[in-house]
Amino acid sequence: MPLFEARNLHLRFGDRVVLEDVSLAFEQGRLSGIMGPNGAGKTTCFNVLTGRYKPDRGKVLLEGRDITGRSPQAIARLGVARSFQIMSLFDEFTVFENVAIALPGLRARARDPFGQAYADPALVAEAYAVLEMVGLADRAEDLAKSLPYGARRALEIAVALAAKPKLLFLDEPTAGLGSDGRAQLAELVARLKGTATIVIIEHDMQFLFSLAEEISVIHWGQVIARGTPDELKANPWVKASNLGQLR
Amino acid sequence: MLAGRTVPTFTLPMLAAWLLFASVPFWIERVGLYQYLGVEILIWATYALAYNLVLGHSGLPSFGHGAFFGLGAYAFGLAQFNLAANLWLCLTVAALAAAAGGTLVALFISHRRGIYYALMTIAFGQVFWFIAIKAHGITGGEDGLLKIARLPADFGVVAFDLKHNVALYYFVLAVFVIVSLLLWRLTHSPFGRVLKAIKQNETRARFVGYDVWAYKAAALVVSAGLSGLAGGLFAMAQASAFPDVMSLHYSGYVVMMTLVGGGLVSFWGPVIGAVAFFLARDVIGALTTAWMLWFGLLFVALVLFKPEGIAGLLQGADKAEPKRVPRPAGAPQPQPR
Repeated sequence: MPLFEARNLHLRFGDRVVLEDVSLAFEQGRLSGIMGPNGAGKTTCFNVLTGRYKPDRGKVLLEGRDITGRSPQAIARLGVARSFQIMSLFDEFTVFENVAIALPGLRARARDPFGQAYADPALVAEAYAVLEMVGLADRAEDLAKSLPYGARRALEIAVALAAKPKLLFLDEPTAGLGSDGRAQLAELVARLKGTATIVIIEHDMQFLFSLAEEISVIHWGQVIARGTPDELKANPWVKASNLGQLR
Repeated sequence: MLAGRTVPTFTLPMLAAWLLFASVPFWIERVGLYQYLGVEILIWATYALAYNLVLGHSGLPSFGHGAFFGLGAYAFGLAQFNLAANLWLCLTVAALAAAAGGTLVALFISHRRGIYYALMTIAFGQVFWFIAIKAHGITGGEDGLLKIARLPADFGVVAFDLKHNVALYYFVLAVFVIVSLLLWRLTHSPFGRVLKAIKQNETRARFVGYDVWAYKAAALVVSAGLSGLAGGLFAMAQASAFPDVMSLHYSGYVVMMTLVGGGLVSFWGPVIGAVAFFLARDVIGALTTAWMLWFGLLFVALVLFKPEGIAGLLQGADKAEPKRVPRPAGAPQPQPR
């Protein structure tokens, strides 16, 4: 049984079909990719999978359990975390607190109105462990808004990682990064590989082909191809739809 | 490096401020002011602190908070007339009545944010104000609820008569200290940090697993309850309750105090704002009846040049402008697709 599954998702905005019969399955421990041109429905697909939109038809299953139409917070609490293409941080918080607020340990105590939020050394250590993983530990006390762009992208992932997710969705993690930033991020994702089940939406073919074990191609709201990077290189669909501009 | 982080229950500047407040009755008349002013300032400072839980800490622009202050004032009087003339009971009823009003409003508006939230709070504020004016049989309408007694603070072994302004001042100071300690604690608690996170980024807070609606609702209920407590004290101080404190006008005052004082950047901003507001009223007011014009101009100037308010000015004095970190070359803004 795959860890996470989408079965025959349909979604329309008005008279525009955005997702048509999209089925996806993500295996435990794998790094999967979703690619496709602008406007293909990749982010919308993420938004359905993580609860932001409710599909018109179809099912979303986590560990075989139907979670279709649940709220984002409910899905997050079940262990599905995501990062955002358009940076979505707590800008006035320090880097440390951005991560700390997302830890399950803090969430479990979040209704406590009188306790100290970060008095527990174990919680602080946990936050630092996440920051260590993304290479931001030495900037922990800086405000998130003061970070340079590349570091903000790393923090964006760290906030999602902090939830200790079973499944981690990364929405165009390289958006806006130069080639150096991309290389650093690829390194980070490669390090995360194996520690969690990861699904990446990406525009940058090279990035995705070098990391993902399985890739689904979405175009016009449909899954038009699926396979390993090698299989996809040969796929006529991918070539024909002008997606496979591999260098 | 990895020690836990704790925030002290109270700090030395806090203690110093309380001592300063405690000394007020000894000199306030010598500087040409009067004891009742101190009572008024502390009640409104308590109210503004409670208000800032929604505005400054949760980022919820409530412009109808007077409803909760007024609910507390009326509930204090009505409890005194109809239940029992016991100070603790009446203050509890005041806080609970306002919290109940806050719950009712929260149910309708907690899914909103920004300007829509603001408009809905104005609408609800007007509804409560209108009811207070029209429900003549209960509230006394525009004539107000009169002859509310200043009940003694009875601690069992010892009871303090609060009829005198100085005695009432110290009682209000005690409530102010307790409320500020509670709120200080709350803003540094897990609950308070989640509110702060929601203020900055509701969407992300939701995707991190927080029930944003419930937190926003809870913030309003707690804030309303404490505002009602302040309202109860106000009814006792004035020995009456009038609908005017529920008007949009008065709701605006608490917003002004909070912003002028610097509630957006400082926990104590609302207190500074309340002091500034009443001093302006009495000091400028002694010179001209158009004191509100001058206070309004001060408000405009602050919003234009120092939106962080007076607390922001004080903080700015010892902190230089934060360095701007230049965006690295080749890192354009992300383009929404």
